Amino acid sequence: MERLLSLEVKNLCCIRDDRVLFDNLSFNVFSGQALLLEGQNGSGKSSLLKILCGFREPDAGEVLWCGVEINNGTFFEQMAYVGHLDGVKKELTVLENLKIATALGKPGHYSIEETLEKVYLSGYDDVLVQSLSAGQKRRLSLARLLITDNKLWILDEPFTSLDKEGIAIFEALMVDHIAREGMVVLTSHHDITLHGIDVQTIRLA
Amino acid sequence: MFLIPDSVGRFFHRMASPPHFYTFTGRLLPWLTAIFIILTAVGLYGGLFLAPADYQQGDSYRIIYIHVPSAWMSLFIYVVMAVAGAIGLVWRIKLAEIVMISSATVGAGFTFIALLTGSLWGKPMWGTWWVWDARLTSELILLFLYLGVIALYGAIDDKRTASRAVAILAIVGVVNIPIIHYSVEWWNTLHQGPTVSKIDKPSIHVSMLIPLLTMAVAFKFYYLVAMLQRARTELIQRERNSQWVKGLIE
Amino acid sequence: MSLSNAFIAIIRRDLVLAYRRRAEVANPLLFFVLVITLFPLGLGAQTKLLQAMAPGIIWIAALLAAMLSLDSLFRSDFDDGSLEQFILSPHPLSVLILAKIVAHWLVTGLPLLLISPLLAIFLGMPEQSVPVLLWTLLLGTPVLSLIGSIGVALTVGLRRGGMILALLVLPLYIPVLIFAGNAVEMAGSGLPVGAQLNILAAILFAALVLAPLPAAAALKMSMNG
Repeated sequence: MERLLSLEVKNLCCIRDDRVLFDNLSFNVFSGQALLLEGQNGSGKSSLLKILCGFREPDAGEVLWCGVEINNGTFFEQMAYVGHLDGVKKELTVLENLKIATALGKPGHYSIEETLEKVYLSGYDDVLVQSLSAGQKRRLSLARLLITDNKLWILDEPFTSLDKEGIAIFEALMVDHIAREGMVVLTSHHDITLHGIDVQTIRLA
Repeated sequence: MFLIPDSVGRFFHRMASPPHFYTFTGRLLPWLTAIFIILTAVGLYGGLFLAPADYQQGDSYRIIYIHVPSAWMSLFIYVVMAVAGAIGLVWRIKLAEIVMISSATVGAGFTFIALLTGSLWGKPMWGTWWVWDARLTSELILLFLYLGVIALYGAIDDKRTASRAVAILAIVGVVNIPIIHYSVEWWNTLHQGPTVSKIDKPSIHVSMLIPLLTMAVAFKFYYLVAMLQRARTELIQRERNSQWVKGLIE
Repeated sequence: MSLSNAFIAIIRRDLVLAYRRRAEVANPLLFFVLVITLFPLGLGAQTKLLQAMAPGIIWIAALLAAMLSLDSLFRSDFDDGSLEQFILSPHPLSVLILAKIVAHWLVTGLPLLLISPLLAIFLGMPEQSVPVLLWTLLLGTPVLSLIGSIGVALTVGLRRGGMILALLVLPLYIPVLIFAGNAVEMAGSGLPVGAQLNILAAILFAALVLAPLPAAAALKMSMNG
């Protein structure tokens, strides 16, 4: 059995434009778990995810990955992030985009072909991203999660512009990832159904 | 920390706490202002009345009592800014950021005064308001560096982010200043031949030197007064939601 | 994958991108040629005067062209989120940025170098200065990209960063302008220029090592929005 990985958040505080978004926020996520952040627009969900990624400095408190502060290479080797922006280049083909993603991280379980199959983009290898639909683009950016070797997925509204089918595919992938001792932290406006998964929910006011 | 005596360490630790800084500097400011006024009075009296006239330039040289200390301060403050910025970046000390940004405008002011007095001095010396003398040119570039810092700080809405941006810029600037200075000197000697250097006189008479140094110290105190006043305002603005600032108002 | 693979992958990616947006890439080059064409029109076509001013004109135009092209260094990566992925990579960001700068120089700096002999002829520059001009551009324009990367990293998150960018980077470009312009001028009178070229080389190496670090710090800071 693999060592239990953990993401610990301790007494986190975030102030934005004079507004305290959250204060004294603490939680733990372990491998095999998912954390769903709920809350209205502007409640600090995205800011919290940005802090978890190290983009933003917390105004107080700390974020620990397996007991160590997240500002180091080990953490970034084991995490993957999909935010509001797709992070794919529209002038490059699907294949070129995924190749860059692998070059930036560590190669994971799946080859590029297998990944494309999993997100139902097989056969699109040489298509420029600008000619994909919004949903296909989103699936491509989610494909990044599969081709690198990572444990923690941080997802900001992953279901945006996905259709029902796309959501179902992606939920299955998340279940699969968590079952393999992975962990997921996500925000979502849509209801999510993760069968047989230990989902914690935190509501930010 | 092991090289620094315990009491000094404690002092800095306490100063890094905003409320303490605010009350402490509040008590300090009148004293600093008084010292500044006394030193300026002494320095100006010594420079304008006691010191003899220059045998070449007559009385017009007396502008050095403003020009030279301003030029020194302009460089000194830039270095202070970069050091404070580095401290702010590395140890995340808010007060260092505030000291840094409060120094920028004062430094730009000194740079401007140095340029203005240099140009005023140039009229009797060279017959024109402006020559592309190495020192004046370097000073002009320094002014642009200051203005860049101020503009960048103003352009970023989130003031903590802005402080970090300015700190990076100030550090890059301080690394570049010697290179810029050297290249300008080099350019100047090539293009114009050595001009009569105004400051590196082979020797300056003691009766002229003492007022000059007095003025230099006086300007340091002025910097402290101006910078601390700006820092206090900035501090209150940034901490306006904290308990201690609310306590001040009541 | 190793760091060198990532380095090469990024250079290749940026070159492919530049190729697919080639119309955009040509703009700084056109600007460079256009500015130099303006000088004879503004000053009058006096051969002597233009000849004397040629090194300065070419170098100032190169400085401005380099500055205008800086925006494309991070802009599209910032807008589409690719930059977030760069920062989250386990590889050191400064090295990844260096790869981007190298690609950017190949696309914006190198063309200036290649077209400059033509412009030297336009301005009637003496023949013996042209090789020195090429040397100074070869050593100097990468410095412009490297120093510029810091400025653009600081301002990429701003809506109107353009003017501020000029205020931030142009003062830092002055040493390059002085040494490069002077070397070309001296070469015209047949004087040795080894010292200037050595200094430019030293500045280039220092910038190669040092500039990516503050640029990386500044980019991380720009993400904080």
